[in-house]
Amino acid sequence: MSERPFTTISGVPIEPLYGPEDIRDLDPARDIAAPGQFPYTRGIHESMYRGKLWTMRQFSGFATPEETNRRYLYLLEQGQTGLSVAFDLPTLMGYDADHPLSEGEVGKCGVAISSLEDMETLFRGIPLGNVTVSMTINSPAAVLWAMYLAVAEKQGADWARLSGTLQNDILKEYIAQKEYIFPPRPSMRLVTDTIEFSTQQTPRFNPISISGYHIREAGSTAVQELAFTLRDGIEYVQWALERGLPVDSFAPRLSFFFNAHSDFFEEIAKYRAARKIWASVMRDRFGATDESSTKLRFHAQTAGCSLTWQQPYNNIVRTTVQAMAAVLGGCQSLHTNSLDEAYALPSEHAVIIALRTQQVIAYESGITAAADPLGGSYFLERLTLDTEKAARGYICQIDQMGGMIPAIEKNFPQREIANASYAYQTAVERGEKAIVGVNVFHADHDEPIETLHIDQSAQHHQTKKLAVLRATRDNSRVRACLDALRRAAEGTENTMPYILDAVRVYATLGEICDALREVFGSYQETSLV
Amino acid sequence: MSLPIRVLVAKPGLDGHDRGAKVIARALRDAGMEVIYTGLRQTPEMIVNAALQEDVQVIGLSILSGAHNAIVPRVMELLREKGMTDVKVVVGGIIPDDDAADLKRQGVAAVFQPGASLGEVVDFIRSSVPV
Repeated sequence: MSERPFTTISGVPIEPLYGPEDIRDLDPARDIAAPGQFPYTRGIHESMYRGKLWTMRQFSGFATPEETNRRYLYLLEQGQTGLSVAFDLPTLMGYDADHPLSEGEVGKCGVAISSLEDMETLFRGIPLGNVTVSMTINSPAAVLWAMYLAVAEKQGADWARLSGTLQNDILKEYIAQKEYIFPPRPSMRLVTDTIEFSTQQTPRFNPISISGYHIREAGSTAVQELAFTLRDGIEYVQWALERGLPVDSFAPRLSFFFNAHSDFFEEIAKYRAARKIWASVMRDRFGATDESSTKLRFHAQTAGCSLTWQQPYNNIVRTTVQAMAAVLGGCQSLHTNSLDEAYALPSEHAVIIALRTQQVIAYESGITAAADPLGGSYFLERLTLDTEKAARGYICQIDQMGGMIPAIEKNFPQREIANASYAYQTAVERGEKAIVGVNVFHADHDEPIETLHIDQSAQHHQTKKLAVLRATRDNSRVRACLDALRRAAEGTENTMPYILDAVRVYATLGEICDALREVFGSYQETSLV
Repeated sequence: MSLPIRVLVAKPGLDGHDRGAKVIARALRDAGMEVIYTGLRQTPEMIVNAALQEDVQVIGLSILSGAHNAIVPRVMELLREKGMTDVKVVVGGIIPDDDAADLKRQGVAAVFQPGASLGEVVDFIRSSVPV
């Protein structure tokens, strides 16, 4: 093994010691202020976790809506405070469970939802007026959200009281996660439709969660994650403003989602810099005057890509360190990964350990007692300033390209991420980056663990239900609603009311997305290596 | 001097997680191989056709979604149908041990699970393709 240089996991060089001379350029009032005060570097609330702990929200979903519903009821009973829906790949791509491309994928990476009927089953016994629900869905987000709203309606819940989050961040799909359906501009129109609709109808719902998580998982550095995410945020704000929405009418409901990776201080600096940059972007670039428009609220998830297949119990420790960084960085909600997720979707046992990890941090560690307890650390404040500067550099560069869509079309963020990911992997290969159990301290035999296995029965079950649905619903109403949606999509009206009408008569996800595909076309990326 | 080894790196299924496929493609290229990357969402038919047209000696399939048991056997079947059994198929991704053993029984030359090093993959391909 070669000598390891002292850098963060993203490759930023670290000095042996930091002292007062390293933060001479820091103006405490301007750069950090007090928690709850602009620019919120130290957190968005004055009392932080004394006032309210973060929401413990475990992302979950697998196989059929029936099975996932049972898992949700169990998690709520175990003290989880919010739900977070993981959809399977066909759902993410806007295909029904009985589509040929869904073969082998139904229920594998999340729960399969093809129609309002499935969504009703998913939330059976869960009053949507009383629980906050986050949904990780992007390209077809408007459709799944419409199904959710329709279930709430059937339960008798007031839309104005619904609280939750739609991921709905299409830009990071082109950049990193690659679950896109339509080209960027019509996709942005759909996102803007949901933001506008939510401003009018669901004032407590976050219509978007602007996500760096997937950018980081695709191999970016911490700075790239931060910069591309905030620049995506700027793009959504610009589109909403162009729609004619006043900035303070929607900006308070924009939420963010960041990765919690293994480099402890680098991550904490990233969250602090994120709040600081966003506060000034909203106030100075967009003229927001409502304080809540300038407060960056974020969900964090520990880094899936850091989990190892070798010695899987070590993953509990990794997750703990990462979760502590998220908490010390001031997150509003948190998902902790399970020890078995390098293998499969997590088993119930593993999920509970992950949830307990958060509970131990919250109730035993003492790190929640004072707001931003690491604020003022020479090292952390230096890192925060440097992270901010580097991220602002990227944001400027993308501004000069004409915004995020032209940057994506030039493959700029994609190439930056691919370069960072290759640099990291080759550093691991050379032994410059250590991964315990993988390139250092390996064992001959790993203790086997039990993992969740999802067989083909979910696909058969879902396909059968769809056949019954297609045969028993009022198909002439379905056709009429899809025609109306197509016409709305061709024009400039908000599509949400039409999508709602279609899901209410049990048009399927695939049928609705096909109608939109006919109007918008499909997106193909130029793949480069 | 012998011609470089030609490899098709393919990403079948609906999954968009292409970090691994891209890193592998680049590592094989840096190791002197000629690499063709298919891009995302390739069906087994598209992959085998591309392998035929590009006249590759190796197909690398990257699958992280758990759909390998549906996808890989179909690729193997198409290769047999087209008389392309001399093409080595290697699979990388989240493949449980039991499934990996099954895939090898069906003719897959190697399965690389999470944590496999780039060097291992390069060495395996070099040693399995006749010069």
